[in-house]
Amino acid sequence: MENPTLPRVRVQTQPFDVAAELAALQAGDPRVGAICSFVGTVRDRNAPGAAGSVQAMELEHYPGMTEKSIEAMVDEALWRFDIFGARVVHRVGVLQPTEGVVLVAVSSAHRGQSFQACEFLMDYLKTQAPFWKKETTPEGAHWVDARVSDDEALARWGIAARNA
Amino acid sequence: MKVTVRYFASMREAMGCSSEVLDTQASTLGELRSALIARGGAGAEALGTNRSVRMALNQVMSDASTALTESCEVAFFPPVTGG
Repeated sequence: MENPTLPRVRVQTQPFDVAAELAALQAGDPRVGAICSFVGTVRDRNAPGAAGSVQAMELEHYPGMTEKSIEAMVDEALWRFDIFGARVVHRVGVLQPTEGVVLVAVSSAHRGQSFQACEFLMDYLKTQAPFWKKETTPEGAHWVDARVSDDEALARWGIAARNA
Repeated sequence: MKVTVRYFASMREAMGCSSEVLDTQASTLGELRSALIARGGAGAEALGTNRSVRMALNQVMSDASTALTESCEVAFFPPVTGG
């Protein structure tokens, strides 16, 4: 059912088309009754009220390991939740504020499993996929620190993360 | 044994290279990290025990106790920050 021209896990520099991804996920499958998606976008600030503190965001990754680790996460989501499919598209390179960074989308018969699987995939990706962000600020560029709250988010699913 | 070591993000910048091939006596990732600290230079600081260093063996997230294998690919990097 999956569209072979749009693999379910991709790392790319170019923007993604959310409507095309959701259509590929649904793939005309009449069993699907729910599609849940999450899009992460680049903020122009690294603290509330600090507008303009982030001028650009550069993403580096570990080619090969990135795709492999996300594929494993999708397999884990398909095993844990009653879902039909999932897709993850993550961008790398230099991104500007308001641009999309990551898309996670899940399909299922009813909304509950899609919502849960979507959140699970994002929590997993945040702490286990080898991406690194570098912010360009008016004071210069610096690597973004990992957040302990992301490890705690993954712990809710019974998975111990020790990233941050 | 021979291993390829790769560095990413701030680790790559600190090491001044993205990869190197080493002949090592180390048998685990942790021992390899210690050997690189003992070698001195940039690694002594960047891989120091006071640093948050994550590691992978053959492109799978691993830890200090993971055993090295002949011709394996090791990676050292800071905590991940994608999404």
